Amino acid sequence: MEESEAVKDRQRAPAVMCRGVTKYFEERGGDGRAPGWPGLFGRRARRRITAVDRLSFTIPKGEIFGILGPNGSGKSTLIRMLSTLILPDAGEIEVFGRDVVADSLAVRRTINRVSVDAAFFKKLSAWENLSYAARLYGVPRGEARERTASILEEMGFSREKMEQPVEALSRGMQQKVAIARALFTSPALLLMDEPTTGLDPVSKRQVQDHTLRVRERHDTTVLLTTHDMDEAERICDRIAIIHRGRFIVEGTLADLRGHVGRDGASLEDIFIELTGKELVELDEEK
Amino acid sequence: MNSLIHEMKASMAFVERNFNLAKRYAHMEAVFVIWNVVHVLTIGMIGKFMGGDDPAKVQHYILFLIVGAVFWNFLRLLFFETADAVAWERWEGTIEYTFMAPIYRLTYLVGQCLYAILYGILRAFLVLVLAILFFYLRFEVANLGLAGLVLVVGGFSFLGLGLMAATFPLVAPEKGAQATDILGSFVALVSGIYYEVSVLPGWLQPLSTVSPGTYALRSIRAALLKGATLADVQGDLVVLMITGAALVPIGLWVFHRAEMHAKRTGKLKRSG
Repeated sequence: MEESEAVKDRQRAPAVMCRGVTKYFEERGGDGRAPGWPGLFGRRARRRITAVDRLSFTIPKGEIFGILGPNGSGKSTLIRMLSTLILPDAGEIEVFGRDVVADSLAVRRTINRVSVDAAFFKKLSAWENLSYAARLYGVPRGEARERTASILEEMGFSREKMEQPVEALSRGMQQKVAIARALFTSPALLLMDEPTTGLDPVSKRQVQDHTLRVRERHDTTVLLTTHDMDEAERICDRIAIIHRGRFIVEGTLADLRGHVGRDGASLEDIFIELTGKELVELDEEK
Repeated sequence: MNSLIHEMKASMAFVERNFNLAKRYAHMEAVFVIWNVVHVLTIGMIGKFMGGDDPAKVQHYILFLIVGAVFWNFLRLLFFETADAVAWERWEGTIEYTFMAPIYRLTYLVGQCLYAILYGILRAFLVLVLAILFFYLRFEVANLGLAGLVLVVGGFSFLGLGLMAATFPLVAPEKGAQATDILGSFVALVSGIYYEVSVLPGWLQPLSTVSPGTYALRSIRAALLKGATLADVQGDLVVLMITGAALVPIGLWVFHRAEMHAKRTGKLKRSG
């Protein structure tokens, strides 16, 4: 009885729920050395960097939620915590009602991720990389081949290129293979960490269109981090602006406009209004 | 049951992937095999030199050294392949993707170990055949079945050590692979690959008694050179079973701890 209640709770749960999530990293730096024996072996002083700072938010099922922010603002760390690749130092993260730390295997069954750097075995062909993923995710290889080929074709990637070593493909092509790898497993939550960074405008548009199609067809929830204001404006239902590990504003574009009190304000205007700087300037500060 | 079948199939992902990689890096694999063969032949030549004019002694010394070299290469491969897999994935940047897959970590490690065993057997067999042809070796009294059994039983201990060594690249991304080398070389030193452990300095000998390599090599030599029976080496086999039964779970536990450390400190990423 209790178990079925737990199942019902999970069915009612949002796709993502973060409560007071914090992540620190330590990095070498600061003045002098920490005490040690003798000076030569003394531990170098370390300073603590707060990557994500008491973040709380919820993403309902089927939503495309965008997180916009400069480099080093905590976007990728947040995605990695949701992907079970980094452990939070404080707070709770649940994906479809399951805790990412205590129930990480169940969480991993529902997610997939596209990162900014398309990580592949570069000497292997696109298909060999995808076949490896198919085995890991328990998708029969024939089915995987059909699904990936069809996803890739929709993004303008021909079947013949699947046999080429990944290292022979352009950055845009590699990124499309990475997207196909994430999508053919039909994840309920798709984590996209700057998936279009470095892509040409056509490829960028194809990836965005495909993301919209995936949500439409499979009701997939998407968490997208991006640098690109136009991209966020075009495909996200709600947008949060992250700065120094905290959301400074969150809502629909209309909410965000209301927040700065300007009806026709672009996302870029809103960003400048709220942070006092342009995104490019903040990137350069890093 | 379905879950078990899924995990078994998933473990084959690593075997297939690693063989695909070996195929793509075939030229490098060929270089390693050639180096392996040359190394074993060089060691065999030392035996020829030591045997002098006595053909029986020559045969004995060559066999003693070659068996040590070939089987150490096999056990070393089990040890290093497991550890190298992590270093390799960090270098390629794929480790996050692999660790995010919906499989148990044990499945990942079993897959890597299975590949190491298959690849190790292929390579050891090739090197041994070439050494036999080069030196006209005769295994007249050899108990090949027993040697194989010792290899299998001893392999578990080396897999356990490999799991522990695999944590080095996880916790020390830049220098972890070298740390694996250091540990491997030390195990070789105390295990008597080219000599009886009795020639080790007194203060090192206690370490040879805790190294599974000592028992594996001693038993394999007894089986191949003297035609030892199961009864002759049962003591060593029991020790190998105990060390294997202990080192594999310890290795898994150490790996889990290292993974948690890497996830806490953000070291899974290549630049971390």
